[in-house]
Amino acid sequence: MEGLTLSDAEQKYYSDLFSYCDSESTKKVAAHGRVLELFRAAQLPSDVVHQIMELCGATRLGYFGRSQFYIALKLVAVAQSGFPLRVESINTVKDLPLPRFVASKNEQESRHAASYSSDSENQGSYSGVIPPPPGRGQVKKGSTSHDTVQPRTSADQQEPVSPVVSPQQSPPTSPHTWRKHSRHPSGGNSERPLAGPGPFWSPFGEAQSGSSAGDAVWSGHSPPPPQENWVSFADTPPTSTLLTMHPASVQDQTTVRTVASATTANEIRRQSSSYDDPWKITDEQRQYYVNQFKTIQPDLNGFIPGSAAKEFFTKSKLPILELSHIWELSDFDKDGALTLDEFCAAFHLVVARKNGYDLPEKLPESLMPKLIDLEDSADVGDQPGEVGYSGSPAEAPPSKSPSMPSLNQTWPELNQSSEQWETFSERSSSSQTLTQFDSNIAPADPDTAIVHPVPIRMTPSKIHMQEMELKRTGSDHTNPTSPLLVKTSDLSEENKINSSVKFASGNTVDGYSSSDSFTSDPEQIGNNVTRQRSHSGMSPDNTAPPPPPPRPQPSHSRSSSLDMNRTFSVTTGQQQAGVVAQPPAVPPRPQPSQAAGPVVHRPVDADGLITHTSTSPQQIPEQPNFADFSQFEVFAASNVNEEQDDEAEKHPEVLPVEKASDPASSLRVAKTDSKIEEKTAASAPANVSKGTTPLAPPPKPVRRRLKSEDELRPEVDEHTQKTGVLAAVLASQPSIPRSVGKDKKAIQASIRRNKETNTVLARLNSELQQQLKDVLEERISLEVQLEQLRPFSHL
Amino acid sequence: MAVCVAVIAKENYPLYIRSVPTENELKFHYMVHTSLDVVDEKISAMGKALVDQRELYLGLLYPTEDYKVYGYVTNSKVKFVMVVDASNTALRDNEIRSMFRKLHNSYTDVMCNPFYDPGDRIQSSRAFDGMVTSMMIQVC
Repeated sequence: MEGLTLSDAEQKYYSDLFSYCDSESTKKVAAHGRVLELFRAAQLPSDVVHQIMELCGATRLGYFGRSQFYIALKLVAVAQSGFPLRVESINTVKDLPLPRFVASKNEQESRHAASYSSDSENQGSYSGVIPPPPGRGQVKKGSTSHDTVQPRTSADQQEPVSPVVSPQQSPPTSPHTWRKHSRHPSGGNSERPLAGPGPFWSPFGEAQSGSSAGDAVWSGHSPPPPQENWVSFADTPPTSTLLTMHPASVQDQTTVRTVASATTANEIRRQSSSYDDPWKITDEQRQYYVNQFKTIQPDLNGFIPGSAAKEFFTKSKLPILELSHIWELSDFDKDGALTLDEFCAAFHLVVARKNGYDLPEKLPESLMPKLIDLEDSADVGDQPGEVGYSGSPAEAPPSKSPSMPSLNQTWPELNQSSEQWETFSERSSSSQTLTQFDSNIAPADPDTAIVHPVPIRMTPSKIHMQEMELKRTGSDHTNPTSPLLVKTSDLSEENKINSSVKFASGNTVDGYSSSDSFTSDPEQIGNNVTRQRSHSGMSPDNTAPPPPPPRPQPSHSRSSSLDMNRTFSVTTGQQQAGVVAQPPAVPPRPQPSQAAGPVVHRPVDADGLITHTSTSPQQIPEQPNFADFSQFEVFAASNVNEEQDDEAEKHPEVLPVEKASDPASSLRVAKTDSKIEEKTAASAPANVSKGTTPLAPPPKPVRRRLKSEDELRPEVDEHTQKTGVLAAVLASQPSIPRSVGKDKKAIQASIRRNKETNTVLARLNSELQQQLKDVLEERISLEVQLEQLRPFSHL
Repeated sequence: MAVCVAVIAKENYPLYIRSVPTENELKFHYMVHTSLDVVDEKISAMGKALVDQRELYLGLLYPTEDYKVYGYVTNSKVKFVMVVDASNTALRDNEIRSMFRKLHNSYTDVMCNPFYDPGDRIQSSRAFDGMVTSMMIQVC
């Protein structure tokens, strides 16, 4: 901008105009408000005005500094004189008449403007002409505003015509619409500096053209202060404060205004209102909004549902399109409901819209839902749009100045998270794990509640354990997808599994491989798992929760590796959470059992060590067998094994210390073996077989083993019967409830079956306990005899 | 990235369709229309039992010599169809997916607006327009 030389008259005129526009005395004039009015009053085409603004640098700065303002005024004069607008013309054009701002204020102004050029002593009259800025300072300058109102009023009414910028004339109906609203002056929000167009007019030219284009929009200008507009659809009675506060409104309400007067009054109002952030909600306005909010939603912390809000805002008679846009702006969190802040923002936007202000593209900062604190007027007067009614300091608004954009930035994050969520759901939906998981949750059986089967540490071999678990989990995974079938097949599987327990490692391997063949029938495995689970529930030492459901075959590689780790690392029957995503972890029961076995045996009986060790290896390989369906068959086939298993299982109390179920059971097996030297050999295989017999629920095989041992000692037959019962029960075990996921009836049926199995097993348990006691008594008697015999042997 | 973006309602009428203005837009409209058949075919192929497992993203519906058409369907049978330039080889499937996701999110936001009548044309949402513009401007 070049240096501006002003004549004295110009100087005075300009300074007066500047001070008029600069109602806030900040030495800066926002590029809206009065300046806009002024320029429009200059009767210049909008593009010229735009050009002027650009030339003077206001658009660059965003506001009019004094120099910019002066330059702009000069350019106005230049333009009005018909000279081309050039920056140079500021100084080159001599003897420019003072810029004329016609009808921008009132006749007095124009008269004074004219007089300025000729007269230098216009200040007084000029100041009188220029309507004082009642807008913002209405409250503070009530008295002055009243004074000014008078002359203005008269002036307004005197003003015959509004030759002003076309837009002002466009809506002849504006007064009517406005008057309609004026009937319902709202209460309390008179202070609203609605007129402060603020950021509205930043697209200066646009505003003008837009306003000219939209009659309905423009009519908003003429209507009385926004308060009345609110009331129009809020139907609240006017308040006297409104009248006093806003002189223009007083006029509006009381006078029948001509188009011109209406427009001029509107203009005045607009000019008088502050050019501060028009989006700032004053206290009264906010209070009004809050009251309105309460009528819909008494709880200030609650939400207004979308439908209620829709009805409410529809009353404002704004077009749906605009209401939709207002909603888009104000519903910050896009939840279809309005919080108090959002509601206030929406209400404010509606009011603004009704008063003719174009809706912003983005939510102004002052309307952004922030803290619930009332507005902080500290930043009033700053650049429009920066004031936050929440009282956030000026720094905060700038950070959010791209109001919506900043929010939009957070939204993308949220959206991304939601996208990720979507992705997850999509992924999971595409994979079968999700459904499997759901079906795994299906069983309501308390024993099976822990969806994932607990691998029974029947066999000492870790590898086998792992394989078994893998197989099991794999089959479990396929479980949910496969319908609940195979009750009968389960039976056979169980038998196979049980039988596999008896076999040596080689058998277990075979059994295991055979179990692989059954992976396609997850239910069976699930049944086994279920049974194991129930066993675990019943077994006092079984602390390990059922392992997670079997994983699908393809994922076995990963799960297997993990299982390996877990198998080797877990020494207690820990439960790998039944999370489908995780590879089923097989509680390394066999290991602890094996380890515990020897340990237990050592203190108990040194002799038993040998037998124990002999049994343990057998047990280890057998453990995986319990998952093997083929073992079930074998189990069913051989009763002896069952007996042995029963014996083994019957010694849980003997080794209470030994932790978890299967390990303990295996321990017991070993222990009983040690006790029963003569039966060791027999019991060993029996234990193994027994242990693996109840493959379905991991503990079951263990119990079987114990049972078999017990039976071995006292009476094989009894145990055999019992184990046979157990086997039968297990055999009849229904398919894994997990697979029932999709079939409620099947689930219930499986639940029923599981419960039956539970009762049977409980009974069996009690019986075995009894047998154990008997066996112990026998043992004691035997020991006594032994002691008695010994001295003789030494003789 | 997209040359044309369309939102088709459940009843197979367009809720929103926008193309890069330089081209003959009618051609794009026609492509979208023909792609609806492919979308329906893909939907039905999923099977009734696996509705919940059905992937929302349908992928490449069909390619032409100049363009490729991608599809996406929501659980409420609202379809999003996107036509991209076939010469844009840098466009990966993931990007298409993310674009559809953004579309879906914006569409959801439009739905949440109580002033929007489901079944109406989406003409009121500037956010939606902006989002689509961002997707399309990249082509140019």
